[in-house]
Amino acid sequence: MNLRRFPVMREISIAVLVFLYVPVIVLTVYSFNANRTATVWTHASFDWYLRILANPSIRAATWNSIVLAGTSATAATLIALLAALATRRAFPGRDTTETLLRLPLILPEIVVAVATLLLFVSLGVSLGLGAMIAAHTAFCIPFAYLPIRARLDGMSGSYEEAAQDLYADRFRTFRRVTMPLLWPGVMAGFTLAFVTSLDDFLTSFFLSGPGTTTLPVYIFSAIRAGITPEINAISTVMLVISILLVSLSFFLGQLRR
Amino acid sequence: MTDAHAVTIETVSKSFGRGQSAVRVLDNVSVAIGRREFFTLLGPSGCGKTTLLRLIAGFETADGGTIRIEGADLTKAPPFHRPVNTVFQSYALFPHLTVEQNVGFALEEQGLPREEVRRRAGEALEMVRMQAFARRRPSELSGGQQQRVALARALAPRPKVLLLDEPLSALDLKLRKAMQIELKQLQAEAGITFVFVTHDQEEALTLSDRVAVMQGGRILQMGPPRSIYEAPTHRFVADFIGDINLIEAEALAGGGVRLAGGGVVPVPGATPGRVTLAIRPERARMVAPGAGVVDATLVHSAFLGTAMLHKLELPDGGSFLIREADLSAPMPERGGRVGLCLPAEALQVMQA
Repeated sequence: MNLRRFPVMREISIAVLVFLYVPVIVLTVYSFNANRTATVWTHASFDWYLRILANPSIRAATWNSIVLAGTSATAATLIALLAALATRRAFPGRDTTETLLRLPLILPEIVVAVATLLLFVSLGVSLGLGAMIAAHTAFCIPFAYLPIRARLDGMSGSYEEAAQDLYADRFRTFRRVTMPLLWPGVMAGFTLAFVTSLDDFLTSFFLSGPGTTTLPVYIFSAIRAGITPEINAISTVMLVISILLVSLSFFLGQLRR
Repeated sequence: MTDAHAVTIETVSKSFGRGQSAVRVLDNVSVAIGRREFFTLLGPSGCGKTTLLRLIAGFETADGGTIRIEGADLTKAPPFHRPVNTVFQSYALFPHLTVEQNVGFALEEQGLPREEVRRRAGEALEMVRMQAFARRRPSELSGGQQQRVALARALAPRPKVLLLDEPLSALDLKLRKAMQIELKQLQAEAGITFVFVTHDQEEALTLSDRVAVMQGGRILQMGPPRSIYEAPTHRFVADFIGDINLIEAEALAGGGVRLAGGGVVPVPGATPGRVTLAIRPERARMVAPGAGVVDATLVHSAFLGTAMLHKLELPDGGSFLIREADLSAPMPERGGRVGLCLPAEALQVMQA
């Protein structure tokens, strides 16, 4: 059955695409608007981008986001790498382990965020960057795990057998063969985890303490005072970074099999 | 202890899986492979030949029995402690390393100095005439070139035994024939024991000093190609290697074997009872009706270029092939009666 032959299919498709992308395009265009009122166009300018660069709150939030995403993605990628290597061979309970590793992808984030908040509060853990890193690491693991796992599944076991046959012991085999072949998958996993952490609002919002505001949390609180052109500009920056990183992750995943 | 053999395998068994679903892949196999021998494990897929090779390489561990390499018991040693190297069916060249780095891999692991590694990798590449490709990546090479690099990589550390797991199966026919000759020359040049796994009987006969024919996890028959071909001791071996005629017959108490619907051939040494007679198509001859041990009908003749292939029908309905190399021999008409001459020295008697 060819869906394209239905009469209104074309119109519906266009409507969906317009609905999806027009707001983003409008936001991007207005980030170059010189007018103070975010919704009235006068002429093009880079003022708002210069303004956000000069804004100390935005600079602090950006720094927090980068530290948070960098640390969480690194930790999550390491854990995901070990998990992917450990679940390579069959053992009792492997299927369960794999399901548990992927499950956070479909859990409602609000539930996880609330539960994490309750846990930290009941344990007496003070909220702030430490708590945020722990929580971000946890929900980034599946995003790092999937590309690594895909890479590992696509890798023939005979490379490692060949290395051992050529006198490399298990550690040397891992260093000289397994890791280099796995590397694109690891980088793809890290990039995906980084973007996921960077874009997160809910968990950061619940767990942030004084002085640990991230960019999404900053945007949310700023918007309550009204939509300003700075918000447009900062959102556009985040959009571009996310698109670049996800493209990079996809590209790394496709790299020579 | 000194041992004249390169590889000694004693009562080795291996099963995969556990309990009820366990499959016995090797059943009490013993082989002694001589130094500098070109030894081939031949059999259909699932016969256990690759598992036996992987046990020698150390990729699998035997459930029982011992494996010795030049006298040293290495049954439980990991692959990186065994003086053997493998040419994999898929070549398994490291895609992230150049040809030269691939060939030098083992030499580096052995801790040789950088200069020595380069020199010996170069030598190994020269042996397979691939030195011009040293800086390429494996993905930039053709199948035949990758095959050569895989050989050089396995030969570079000068192993005591080279294991080859169906290395030619991915190549097309013409290239395969060329590589067969090259393999044989390489073995003579390197003076190393080769253990070769294949399911291609022609390849096995062409290359080997000795062949072991395997089925169902056992070695059925072992010997030089000629004796395997001419004197198969099992029906399976006879059938697996080349074309062969199998005739149901009965061994008589007084000696000799009686064919169904025919005469008696004077073959000694058979226990009375039902037997199978085996004879290669090129060893049987057509004679005038009544002059042979049995009369048959000519069903079909085909010209093969270097010989004629005649298909006959025996009185009991069985078919029989004759390969006549003498193209000037008189040819009976299709559908005509002919006599079948089966020289006693060309017949193999197998208990049915």
